This record gives sequence, C-alpha cells and structure tokens, in this order.
Amino acid sequence: MASVVGIFSHSSVSVPVKDKKLLEVKLGELPSWILMRDFSPSGIFGAFQRGYYRYYNKYINVKKGSISGITMVLACYVLFSYSFSYKHLKHERLRKYH
Amino acid sequence: MNENLFASFIAPTILGLPAAVLIILFPPLLIPTSKYLINNRLITTQQWLIKLTSKQMMTMHNTKGRTWSLMLVSLIIFIATTNLLGLLPYSFTPTTQLSMNLAMAIPLWAGAVIMGFRSKIKNALAHFLPQGTPTPLIPMLVIIETISLLIQPMALAVRLTANITAGHLLMHLIGNATLAMSTINLPSTLIIFTILILLTILEIAVALIQAYVFTLLVSLYLHDNT
Repeated sequence: MASVVGIFSHSSVSVPVKDKKLLEVKLGELPSWILMRDFSPSGIFGAFQRGYYRYYNKYINVKKGSISGITMVLACYVLFSYSFSYKHLKHERLRKYH
Repeated sequence: MNENLFASFIAPTILGLPAAVLIILFPPLLIPTSKYLINNRLITTQQWLIKLTSKQMMTMHNTKGRTWSLMLVSLIIFIATTNLLGLLPYSFTPTTQLSMNLAMAIPLWAGAVIMGFRSKIKNALAHFLPQGTPTPLIPMLVIIETISLLIQPMALAVRLTANITAGHLLMHLIGNATLAMSTINLPSTLIIFTILILLTILEIAVALIQAYVFTLLVSLYLHDNT
C-alpha cells in the first residue's frame, strides 16, 4: 500500500509502484485489487514491516518524540487484551441475570 | 468468584491456537534498534538503561564469564519488559506460567554447571564440601550440598512464577474488595490507598528480575571461576 517514495526503514524495503493506494481504487475494482495483493508469507511479513515503520517514523523516530508515541501502542495493547478476555469478563457485569 | 479469580491466568487461545506466542513476541517491538550514533529519544533512553545494567552486571566476571553477557542482558531485558507489560490492565503475563519459567531456568543453569564441570572438574566438585567442616559430618554435608545444587533451577523458576502470580492475584482481590466496599462504606479510601501502595511495590517486580538474573549470575560465576 506504500509507494516507493514514502515510508520505509531503509532503501531496500519498497513496494512495486504499480500498486495503487487503497483510497485511489474505485469501488468496482475492489475485488480485483484485493486479489492482486501479495498474500504469501513474505508478502504479509512485508506488510507488517511497512506498517511498523510507518508508525515508527511518524511518531517515534522524530527529533522531539514525546511519550505519546509509545503510550498509543500500550493503549492498543490494552484494548487488544480486553477483547481477548471479553469472554471471561462477560460474567462479571453487574446484572441480576447473567 | 472461584472461576473468575484465576481466569486471567489462562493462556489465551485463538480457535485453539496458542496466542501466547504473539504476546511473548510483542515486547521486542517496543525496543527498536538503530545503526546511527545519535538516535531518537526512545532509543537513547533504552540504550542508556541497557548500558547501565550491563556494566553493573558484568564487572564481576572475568573474560570467560563475559562471553555470557549478551545472553544475560537479553534475559534481563526480556523479563523486565514482560513483567512491566503485565502490569497493564487486562494483559496476559507469560511469566506467570511455570512452563515458561522452567524453560528459561533449566537450560541456563545446566549450561553454567556443565561449563564449570568441563573446564575445572576439581574446582566444581570442591563446591560440594565447604571448608572447615568436622569430619563426621562430611557424608551428610555432601548430600545436602548436592541437593542444594540440584534444586537451583527449580528455585529460579518457581520463585519468578510465584512472585508475579501472587502479585497479580493480590491486585485482583484488592480491586474487587474496593469496588465492593465503595457502596457500603466510604472509609474505603484506605483500601484504595492499599491498592496504590501495592501497585508501586509491585513495580518492584522489576527488582524481581534483578533477583532472577543475579542469582543466575552468582551461580554462573561460582562455577566458572572460583
């Protein structure tokens, strides 16, 4: 989803330019766009790597990075763990009948 | 109440697959690496902390012991970040599982002991008998020293598990008690303070990491050098 001139960790990490960004894909083309993506393990790993560096370069790798860069990550971690344990926590609500 | 109390210690699964692997792999994302001399604030603080701890830990070893420095520093960073992440609400701490702590303790202890036995057999065997014991006591003392050696990995693992688990359980219990008391009695502010103090003391779970690595270090040092 990233273009070549954009967010990457070092110069050997990039995506072929022929991919369009998601916001530029027309609605009728959406199934073919999804099928065109690379869903192999290395492709998925590349997607995670690009996402990681996109966040990293925006919030942490700046001259005066603040504590909010890492606090957002921890808040997402808390929400993620909450959604995992929702099944157990359902029983702890203050209701008369569970 | 009984089912809820220990429900937070169940290893999370996604459709039967262990999601605990994902949670164990999460702390390295918070510790970036860099190839530059001057970095952003996060990397600078982390590198400063790591330098501080590694210098503190590795000064008492000789050259051969310092070959273990990467292992020990990564061990202390892993346990520290995992325990601190476990203090966040609703999170799962992998170090509460005895299986993981045993998997960490037994190979490291066995490596240290075997290294000591391979290099200096006489010195390693001499640990089994402290100096200056009266002669009739020798057989019993050898047995006791052997047992105390063999129990070291179990003690390492169980110590870490029990401390973290007990801390989490206490926080759960006191939190529930506070919620229950808040409708009944307003001097429950005393209980709220207990929670606060307990939380800060629990952040001396980081001190537990120190304890873990230090005891490991001590046994490594003794077997390696003395």
